Amino acid sequence: MTFIPSEIAVEARNIVKRFDGDVAVDGIDLSIPRGSIFGILGPNGAGKTTTLRMLLGIIDPDEGERFLLGSPDPISRAHKVGYLPEERGLYQSMKAFDAIAFMGALRGLPLALGRERGRQMMENHGLGDAADKQIRQLSKGMAQTVQLLGTIVHEPDLIILDEPFSGLDALNQGKLERLIRAQADKGVTVIFSTHVIAHAERLCEEIAIVAHGKIPFMGKVSTARDRLRPQVHLETRNLDGPWRSAIPADCQPLGHNWHFALPESGVEPLLRALIEGDAGIQSLSIERPGLHDAFVSIAGEAVAKKMEEDAAQDQAAEAA
Amino acid sequence: MRETIRASFVIARRDFTAIIFSKSFFIFLAGPLFPLIIAIAAGGLGKQVNQDIDRPIIGVALNANETAAIVAAREKLVANLGKNGVPELLQLNGVDPDDPDIASQLDKAVRPLTAILSGSLENPRLTGSEQDVRRWQGRMALLSETALSRPEPVEVEAQVVASTGSATKRNRLATAQGGQIILILLTMILAGMVLSNLVEEKTNKIIEILAAAIPMDAIFLGKLFAMLGMAIVGITVWATLGFVGLSLVSSGMPNLPPPAVGWPLFCVLMILYFSMAYLLLGSLFLGIGAMAATVREVQTLSMPVTMGQLLVFFLAAYSVTKLGEPVEWAAVLIPFSSPFAMIARAAQMDNLWQHGVALIWQAMFTLIIIRFSVMLFRRNVMKSGNSGAKKGFLARLRS
Repeated sequence: MTFIPSEIAVEARNIVKRFDGDVAVDGIDLSIPRGSIFGILGPNGAGKTTTLRMLLGIIDPDEGERFLLGSPDPISRAHKVGYLPEERGLYQSMKAFDAIAFMGALRGLPLALGRERGRQMMENHGLGDAADKQIRQLSKGMAQTVQLLGTIVHEPDLIILDEPFSGLDALNQGKLERLIRAQADKGVTVIFSTHVIAHAERLCEEIAIVAHGKIPFMGKVSTARDRLRPQVHLETRNLDGPWRSAIPADCQPLGHNWHFALPESGVEPLLRALIEGDAGIQSLSIERPGLHDAFVSIAGEAVAKKMEEDAAQDQAAEAA
Repeated sequence: MRETIRASFVIARRDFTAIIFSKSFFIFLAGPLFPLIIAIAAGGLGKQVNQDIDRPIIGVALNANETAAIVAAREKLVANLGKNGVPELLQLNGVDPDDPDIASQLDKAVRPLTAILSGSLENPRLTGSEQDVRRWQGRMALLSETALSRPEPVEVEAQVVASTGSATKRNRLATAQGGQIILILLTMILAGMVLSNLVEEKTNKIIEILAAAIPMDAIFLGKLFAMLGMAIVGITVWATLGFVGLSLVSSGMPNLPPPAVGWPLFCVLMILYFSMAYLLLGSLFLGIGAMAATVREVQTLSMPVTMGQLLVFFLAAYSVTKLGEPVEWAAVLIPFSSPFAMIARAAQMDNLWQHGVALIWQAMFTLIIIRFSVMLFRRNVMKSGNSGAKKGFLARLRS
C-alpha cells in the first residue's frame, strides 16, 4: 500500500500518457502541498491539460501512479474537488443559479442547498439580476463567472483550473486572481495551468514548468528565480581604469552603460572596486531575475517563445 | 456503486426535466401518428405471419376406404386450387366415425386441429368452433363430392363446440403478435433518440465537467434512464388518450384474446420487456452516438442503426410462429431480439421462470454494453486538445 503524506494534495509518480503512439506526457513527477497555490506553466501542447485530466481521473495514465487527496481513484474524491476545464461549457437552457446548483449536485451537494448558494454567490459577484436568466442569455464573461462559481459552490478542498485566465478581459482576470487568493486564504489548494508567466508569478508559491511532456523544474518561484544571478545595471562617467577588473572581462559597454551578472563575490567587493578605482558611478541598480528569465533558462528560448505566441494569440482572441 | 446510482440520478433528473419541460416534447407526443403509418405499412409482415398462424388442419375420422378417397380427393383439389385453398388433413386412427364425443378429439390429436370431419362421405359432419366450421364447411363438402365422384351436392352437418385448442393457440398467437408489434414500434421510435444524447454535452463542452465529477458509467446510465422515463411518460399519455378515444367511439375496451400468463402479468411483462429492449438498444446507440463528434455524424449513423434495428425486429417477428424451433431460440438468446421474442412467449406459454432468466440475461448485457461503451469513450474521445474530436468516427473506433 502506497503512503501519501496528509500534507500532500496531489501526487504523481512517473505518469506517462500516449495518444496513438505519440507521447503526450513523458514520466511526470508532481507533489503539490495542501493549502498552496500551485501553477503549471508551459506552452499549449506541452502536456498540461493531459496531466490535469490524468490527475482528475478523466483519463488514466498508461504508466505510473497518481493520487488525488490521498486516493489513487480520483473520482472517489470528486466531492472534495472543483474543476474548471479549459473548454468552458454549460447547458444553454439552464437558468444560471440552476447551473451552479447542478455542478454542485454532481459533486454531492444537495440540489436545494446548491440553488440557495448559487443565488447568494451570484448576488455577491454582482450578478444577482442574472440568476434567473438562461445561460444562453448571458454574456460570455458572465457565463464564465457562473461556471467558476459552479466549480466552488460545494466548497471543495482542492480546486483545479485549466487555463482559467484564457479568454478573460483584464477586469475579469483581476476578479479571478482575487477569487483564487480568497480560496487559498481559506486553506483550499488551488492548482492552475497557464501559459502566461505573469499570472504564475503573481499568484503562485510553487510552480511546475512543463515542456515537451516533461517537467524540467518544480519548486518554489523564488528557487526558480535564484537559479540565475542578479543582474547589475551600471552607468559610469569613465570608461576605463583599475575598476574594470571588477567587471566580467566579456562585458562590453553600451555607451557608458554596463550590464552583467553580479559576480559571485557579491555586491560589496564590486562597490569597493568601483569607488576605489574611480569609475565615477552615475547610477547603479541590481535586479533580481524575474520568473520569465528563469523560465527561459530552464525551458529554453524556443519554448519561451512558443508560450509568448500563445499568450499573444489569447490576447488577440480576447480583443476580437 | 452507491455513488454511481446517486450520480446517475443527478444526470437523469437534469436530462428528464430538460426534455419534459421543453416545447419539443409536445411534438414528441404527437409521434404516434408516425407509428400508425408504419403499422399500416408493416401489414405485409403481419400478413406473412398470419399465413403461418392460419395453417388449418382438419382431422379425418372416417373409415379406411373413405379416408383414402378423401385424401386422394384433396390431392386433386390442391392441383387445381393450390395448397392454401384446401386444408391439410390428418387421419385420426382408432377414432369411431360415429363417436358422439368426437369434439374431445380436437385437443387430443398430435397436432392442433381446426376441426374434425366424421360420419361418412355421404353424411359428413364437421366439428369445431363456430367460426372454423362456417369457414371450412363448403370446402369439406367439395372434398366429399370429389371423393364420391358424383355431381350431387353433399351437405355437411355442422357440430359447433365452444372452444378448441387450435382456436386458443391462434388467439394467443394473435396476442403474441400484437404485443410484439407494440413493443417493436415503441422501441423503434424511442430508442433511436438516445443516439444523439451525448452530442449536447460534447458540443457544449460539458462532458469534461461531468467526466471529472462522476463515474462515466453514471453519465451513461443517467442518460439512459432519463430517456426511459421520458418514453414511459409518452407511453402513459398515448395509452391514456388511446383508452379515452376507444371509450368514446365504442362501448369500451375490445375483447382481446387473453395471453397464456394472463392479462395482469402480461402487462407487467410488456413494461419490463419494453424497458429492457429500450435499455439494450439504447445503451448500444448511446455508445455509438458517443463516438460521434457532431450532429451531422449522428445523422449519418442513424440510417445504419435503424436498419440494424429492423433486422432484430424481423428476426423476432419471424420467430413468433416458430415457438421452440431453433430460430425462435436464437431470437430469445440474442440479447437485442430477446425482449421481443420473450413477450411473444409470454402470450403463448404460461411458465414464468423463463421470464426471470431472460430479464437477468438482458440486464446483464445492458451493463456489459454500457461498460464497453464507457471504455471506448474514455479511450478514444476524452483526449487532450480535442485530438479525439478532430478524428473521423471510424478512426476513433479503430484507435
